[in-house]
Amino acid sequence: MQVTITVNGTSETHEVETRTLLVHYLREACGHTGTNVGCDTTSCGACTVLLDGESVKSCTVLAAQADGRDVTTIEGMASPDGTLHPIQQAFHEEHGLQCGYCTPGMVMAAASFLKENPDPTEAEVREALEGNLCRCTGYHNIVQSILAAAKNRELVS
Amino acid sequence: MIPAPFEYRRAGSVDEAVALLAEDPDERKLLAGGHSLLPLMKLRLATPTVLVDVGRLAELSYVREDGDHVAIGALTRHCDLEAAPVAREHAPLLSHVAGQVGDPQVRHRGTIGGSVAHGDPASDLPAAVLALGGSFVVQGPQGHRELAAEDFFQGFLETAMAPDEMLTEIRVPKSGGGWAFQKFNRRAQDWAIVGVAASVNGSSRVALVNMGPTPLRARAVEAALAAGASAEEAASRAAEGLEPPADVQASAEYRAHLARVLVRRALEEATARRG
Amino acid sequence: MTVTAAGAGVVGTRLLRREDPALLSGEARYVDDLAVPGALHLVMVRSPHAHARIVSVDLEAARSMPGVVAAFSGVDLAGQWAAPMPCAWPVTEDMVSPPHYPLAVEETAYVGDGVAVVVAATRAQAQDAAAAVDVAYEVLPAALDLEEAAADRVAAHSALASNRSYTWELTPDPAAVERAFAEAAVTVSERYVQQRLIPAAMEPRGVCVVPQPFGGELVVYSATQIPHILRTMVGVTAGVPESRLRIVAPAVGGGFGSKLNVYAEELLCVVLARTLRRPVRWNEERSEGAVATIHGRGQVQTIELAADADGKVTAVRARILADMGAYHQLVTPGIPILGAFLYHGVYDVAAYSFECIGVFTNKTPTDAYRGAGRPEATYAIERAIDALGRRLGLDPVEIRRRNFIAPERFPYTSSAGLVFDSGEYARALDMALELAGYGDLRAEQARRREHGDRRLLGIGLSSYVEMCGLAPSRVLASLRYAAGGWEAATVRMLPTGKVQVVSGASPHGQGHVTSWSMIVADKLGVSPEDVEVLHSDTALSPFGMDTYGSRSLSVGGTAIAMAADRVVDKARLLAAHQLECAPEDLELHGGELAVKGSPTRSVAMGQLAFDAFTAHDLPEGMEPNLEASVTFDPTNFTFPFGTHVAVVEVDTETGRVDLVRYTAVDDCGNQINPLIVDGQVHGGIAQGVGQALWEEAVYDAAGNLLTTGLGDYLVPSACELPSFTVGRTVTPSPSNPLGVKGIGEAGTIASTPAVVNAVIDALAPLGVTDLDMPVTPERVWRALEGAARSGAGIPTSEGGAA
Repeated sequence: MQVTITVNGTSETHEVETRTLLVHYLREACGHTGTNVGCDTTSCGACTVLLDGESVKSCTVLAAQADGRDVTTIEGMASPDGTLHPIQQAFHEEHGLQCGYCTPGMVMAAASFLKENPDPTEAEVREALEGNLCRCTGYHNIVQSILAAAKNRELVS
Repeated sequence: MIPAPFEYRRAGSVDEAVALLAEDPDERKLLAGGHSLLPLMKLRLATPTVLVDVGRLAELSYVREDGDHVAIGALTRHCDLEAAPVAREHAPLLSHVAGQVGDPQVRHRGTIGGSVAHGDPASDLPAAVLALGGSFVVQGPQGHRELAAEDFFQGFLETAMAPDEMLTEIRVPKSGGGWAFQKFNRRAQDWAIVGVAASVNGSSRVALVNMGPTPLRARAVEAALAAGASAEEAASRAAEGLEPPADVQASAEYRAHLARVLVRRALEEATARRG
Repeated sequence: MTVTAAGAGVVGTRLLRREDPALLSGEARYVDDLAVPGALHLVMVRSPHAHARIVSVDLEAARSMPGVVAAFSGVDLAGQWAAPMPCAWPVTEDMVSPPHYPLAVEETAYVGDGVAVVVAATRAQAQDAAAAVDVAYEVLPAALDLEEAAADRVAAHSALASNRSYTWELTPDPAAVERAFAEAAVTVSERYVQQRLIPAAMEPRGVCVVPQPFGGELVVYSATQIPHILRTMVGVTAGVPESRLRIVAPAVGGGFGSKLNVYAEELLCVVLARTLRRPVRWNEERSEGAVATIHGRGQVQTIELAADADGKVTAVRARILADMGAYHQLVTPGIPILGAFLYHGVYDVAAYSFECIGVFTNKTPTDAYRGAGRPEATYAIERAIDALGRRLGLDPVEIRRRNFIAPERFPYTSSAGLVFDSGEYARALDMALELAGYGDLRAEQARRREHGDRRLLGIGLSSYVEMCGLAPSRVLASLRYAAGGWEAATVRMLPTGKVQVVSGASPHGQGHVTSWSMIVADKLGVSPEDVEVLHSDTALSPFGMDTYGSRSLSVGGTAIAMAADRVVDKARLLAAHQLECAPEDLELHGGELAVKGSPTRSVAMGQLAFDAFTAHDLPEGMEPNLEASVTFDPTNFTFPFGTHVAVVEVDTETGRVDLVRYTAVDDCGNQINPLIVDGQVHGGIAQGVGQALWEEAVYDAAGNLLTTGLGDYLVPSACELPSFTVGRTVTPSPSNPLGVKGIGEAGTIASTPAVVNAVIDALAPLGVTDLDMPVTPERVWRALEGAARSGAGIPTSEGGAA
């Protein structure tokens, strides 16, 4: 079937099998390999992207379900000139990543969360990350990154 | 894993969805948010030949007052149910439980209808509807009918719906009393090992998550409360007559113990909230 | 980037990681991200039985399915192997090891053992076809329980006479041990179970083999920690000349030891790419990886302490059963031996005895998992020392203080035969107690007990020492390890003054590129951004020993530092030639070599690099270019240490344990980048806490793994963990010129016993003094029920008094 999705602001149309998962559509049809697959049980959150601005696990969405909708992946976060998004920058400054595999999912989950709750407590940040697993950082610096990003955005706005 | 191949059909209306389903009800599946079905399909534990996608039926996404009830469209997502002011005011238990399902990403996709229709005893929302004495409106080729929640869950992943019927609405009486939801799991994102939804009004209803083959009411607790037992006395009967499952997270015996502890806590919390 | 003034030096600063931008932007390429036109997808067909004879493998249906290019059984590929899969660590001369091939031929020995492969044009087609492969099995009895397997009740392999693979002993003075136990005022005997763990690096494994045209080399892209070792082993096993293999580890999403191996899928992709003359790739599904990637731990430990009446430990005796799983993978037999020397922990113990029996079971092979042997040893001694303290009515702090190796004893020759390089154990303990607020915690604990609070507080300590920086080659030889422990490095200054570093180590998330470039920047007087680090590609770094065992700074970084020194030495000779002075009169400052006392007589390093490149005017006999290569073989391990304090709340009704506070004081010698050290400690703690509270590979009675996904195997999330308080003492290591020790595994080694000790600390007054890991709510509830039934309330004794 033909599926058209606006990915990071660009309309993409590809002929895919009906069983194609959104994550495979993004990675294989669109070539956006920044979104990673870390499990097959909707548990780890590595594949988190924004669907119409909200975080979803793209391994548990059919490309067909996203047809005609808007998807943002990690590749769509930085400015075209390469300037990191404030959340990405905060992950850098707070050492919120190590191997980097969970990182795109973490950043996208954080982006969705901070829209809903721009001034969170540490406990709220931890709760917001319940669907994203990391094996490297022990989460300490990921939580600090998201708190710092929230703070920076407050200063900006 | 990648699901086995299937044909994908998108329904433009409830009638169309039901008609598509009716062509071969045993081999076709409705797809809403997909958060119960797709994980099974990815592991090839479910292999429907046709998926009927009802996810775009925006008319089934609503939370509204309907007389002395709150009516919730079957395609209302968990996050929307959690945030809906009508639910917060008139069905706070349901609103709260919607916020406890899975994780934020799951709540952005999963729907109450999908969760209820799947009939999983480990799901949170069916227990909440049971505790509220709610009902389900289903539509089939012969029109629609309303089923009481307590008659709905019939066996493991089995409901009273016919294979050619579609769940369209969840109805719960407006509740002004005390309520509580106790969910016990080892990790926040996980299914409840045991969950308890309690509604304490004139009469009290207590429903249990993962304490048997279906979402179910703790009848012995309710009877004890009706007979004037204290929360502690009533809670001691939480597992009476039940056969809780045993799995990698907990034995049946421990689930029974947890049910007793959590029912007591839920009743105490609900009573305190009732004021 | 943190800006540092020229000449101030960046070593020791919290420089932000250079690895981050590519990872944060999604531009980093993991194996599965590599676009390889025409690549075929391989999918494995795996045994659903723990132990079975393969009766037949019917591939016909699979071969006729859409997109399928080929399908093979173990019999079909048997002629492809020049040797069985490698085990590089035959720990004893008489160690038994069953032949292990990428696909089973006659018998499968665990659920997940490969029996066939399907290769198809797309991943989905290969998965469809794999489901159509029909394998007939004759199910055999399976050896599943470790202790029963050790007793040879059921054979794990039909062809082996016994499930016992080896017995490894270390008792330098048996009489001294006997005497110590005979004369002991008090003894403690404890039995602990190290449950099997699933490493669960977030990136599953993957491999993609691309044959070069005209029968050229095979390029193997693999999610591996060990490209160099893999090249040698693939060469030996698949019969490919090593010189025609190039192994590249692209971005690798964590390993924790699980990617320190040579796996069936890597070998199958090599052989099939060679046979089919097409690129062949395989990517692991998470649920597949749960059985197909090595497990960690898997031991039953008995530890006995002999002590005098004051609690001074006089002897340690440890007896270990180690679960090998079905086969020996690369270093399976050696993992328990890496802990063999550390069962006395940080304590000065005169008599020592260790014995380990390696046992085959019909489960996934075990191998290195973060800490590898040292967490097991540390867990045993740290729980046993608490048990001794309880016996004597001594606070966990006091029993530790009475037994610490004193600072003046370093370098300390242990009764197990190691020489601990440096240490000041009490200082780390003191700092940990202060940061944790130990006194206040004890007061709060008492308050809750008095008030009958159903949420009890538990405070757990773990004082640890580990041995890392693997490893002195001569020591490895004495342990019968089949390779050396050196590391190779090249540092070259390019004509423009930019610097290239080539390392034989293979970072996969730790931040070594940043740390190494900081070292080189200071050595050469350049900025870290001007230092490019090349690694994880056997074409770039022909020799290497890769990354594991917290070695890539203390061994790999030292090689780089020494190579940088040699570059400076050469530059100094050239500068002396140009400035007409003696080389020893020159000093390097701010990137310039200047004559001492007359700073205007100087020449920039970049200029010297250019002059060495043009080679127009070099001193007699000097080779062109500023480049040096060093292979560093350490003379000793390094011995990081510290004390961790865990605080838990235990719900006595449900048995739920919440980790509410965690304090870690570690000493990893000099720190190159404390930011990175913090991160390593944080992540290490989380993994060790995972073992204590949540993680276990659970099998059913038929040998099926029940915890196959991240929904069942409970890797903790942010919700289950608190923020951590970390502190550091600095005791430089004399084992290497950088004075560094290693911090990759310390957190994991320390945290598991700290948490379990905390739970027992909470519950001991109720009569619970032992709990198996993971400490699940149900286990706590059952222990409390059991204690209540047996009329406890009094701490029970830990073993017989002498």
